[in-house]
Amino acid sequence: MYSGKIRQILLLTDGCSNQGENPIAIAALAREEGITVNVIGVMEHDVIDEQGMKEIENIAMSGGGVSQIVYAQQLSQTVQMVTRKAMTQTIQGVVNKELQQILGRSKTMEDLPPEKRGEVMEVVDELGETIDLEVLILVDTSASMKQKLPTVKEALLDLSLSLNARTGNNTFSVYVFPGKKSDVEMVLDWTPKLQSLTSIFSQLTTGGITPTGPAIRAALSSFNQKRSLRSMLSHDDESFLEESI
Amino acid sequence: MMMNHSWKSQFKLNPGTIVKGIWHKNQYTILKELGFGANGIVYLAKSEKTQVALKMSDNGMSITSEVNVLKSFAKVQGSALGPSLLDVDDWQSSQGKISFYVMEYIEGPDLLTFIQQNGKVWTPVLFLQLLNDLQKLHENGWVFGDLKPENLIVTGPPPRIRCIDVGGTTISGRAIKEFTEFYDRGYWGLGSRKAEPSYDLFAVGMMMIHTAYPKRFNKTSGGIAQIMEEVRKKAELLPYEGVILKSLKGQYIRANEMREDLLSLVIKRETDNSSKKTVDRKDSGNQSHSNQGLTRQNYKKKRKKGRFKETILLFIFIAIFYGIYIFFFTS
Ligand SMILES: Nc1ncnc2c1ncn2[C@@H]1O[C@H](COP(=O)(O)OP(=O)(O)OP(=O)(O)O)[C@@H](O)[C@H]1O
Repeated sequence: MYSGKIRQILLLTDGCSNQGENPIAIAALAREEGITVNVIGVMEHDVIDEQGMKEIENIAMSGGGVSQIVYAQQLSQTVQMVTRKAMTQTIQGVVNKELQQILGRSKTMEDLPPEKRGEVMEVVDELGETIDLEVLILVDTSASMKQKLPTVKEALLDLSLSLNARTGNNTFSVYVFPGKKSDVEMVLDWTPKLQSLTSIFSQLTTGGITPTGPAIRAALSSFNQKRSLRSMLSHDDESFLEESI
Repeated sequence: MMMNHSWKSQFKLNPGTIVKGIWHKNQYTILKELGFGANGIVYLAKSEKTQVALKMSDNGMSITSEVNVLKSFAKVQGSALGPSLLDVDDWQSSQGKISFYVMEYIEGPDLLTFIQQNGKVWTPVLFLQLLNDLQKLHENGWVFGDLKPENLIVTGPPPRIRCIDVGGTTISGRAIKEFTEFYDRGYWGLGSRKAEPSYDLFAVGMMMIHTAYPKRFNKTSGGIAQIMEEVRKKAELLPYEGVILKSLKGQYIRANEMREDLLSLVIKRETDNSSKKTVDRKDSGNQSHSNQGLTRQNYKKKRKKGRFKETILLFIFIAIFYGIYIFFFTS
């Protein structure tokens, strides 16, 4: 079956970007590169501002991903649900492309009779269980996020618990923005063990600006570095998934 | 995209709306909304003469996925845990095409409401039924996943536990698809989210605890210590302490093992109580079922008080007798 990987950026923020490039455009770029951008808006009890909400929705939309606004207390459940949904969406996209090649024209899963859909769904389920997943987590550490960081940490540990129950491999990387010295800072390099996050999170400092666009761009280059490193090490063919998204 | 509120209001169907399938041409008249969740809206509908439950979602995948589960439920012999699947189709509404499926309408209160209304005597009965069904489900290579009281309905009479919302049901060995924190062993730091029978049995243990804590409780330190401390605070849970502990520790590999332990507990309690039974029944004859347990306790208390009085009387009697003895025989 497919030997591909799913690549996702998971952006956790609580408001509007105010520095650097337009995050919506960078998200669209990510999509072109076969990387999905999912956004979770983390609210306090008061409602997030209208503008921030719109941006969150738009970043996910142009990044081909899923967005959800949520209260901090429900973050754990949401993070794993959004990740899983986005994964299924990506797989479905691939499967639909396959179907089009077999059935011709613009046929998708929805055009099949309900009975046949079930069989396709089994394939989607199977892939969701076995496919390798790379998630780059981007955490907004602007001042207003300060009290939410412990909850964010819990949610991310919970996410790794969910994903590690799968048969497929997972690798994670964590970036925060703004960083100590620059707009974006890597705090955890690609690793299958997200648990190492625990010690890092207690040392995080929060600061003024929200450079969401530059953060997504940094995430993209991290994916690309990883990709070129891999192709240097081994010359195996780019997988089906990477090409077809 | 995730279901959002605009979708929900867009597909709020008025009673009387007719939903007709494109593929199978069956027709359903919407009667009322039964409820909604993250994966869609469920309506009570009329099909010819019978009442059915109809689930609709903008996410055709989740419909297909749930239909797959319901189909495999149907293959589980002798188990009536989930609703039976009646139809799957698409409907061309004025807003666009939308997927739906039709299932058996399962009528009744949810597990906790039922126990509240009919008494705690029903707790072991319903859990024994549930464990029996889970055993069969597990034997067929499935794990229920999102077990919680809201998803368990008691139909009848005679009372029979059934479940709705099969969205979390997962093939054994895969990652659990959907869960609710309080019943999830991963959340409490007590195990993985791999679909195994012991995952469901953990949830069963937590549901037993939930029957004594209608509002549940929050995680503080987590782990087995916190949960068992809460268990020991409730007298009604004490008889089940051993079974709950084993289920939380993942020591039951099969639902049957938990069922047998629970059953022998119930039998033991019955034989222990049988000596008092006649008095007990008289005592609670005019009480409702729901406080039978309470009545039994009161009765014990009364009896204890009675014994205490007897002892005092005896003591006074002896004292008087002794006084008389001394008075007559020493003078
Ligand atoms: N077969 C049925 N018979 C009667 N009522 C039903 C049936 N199926 C669903 N319902 C009602 O509809 C509600 C929502 O259904 P369900 O739980 O399947 O939705 P969901 O989107 O999967 O929700 P959740 O977010 O809890 O997963 C239920 O709480 C229940 O009240």
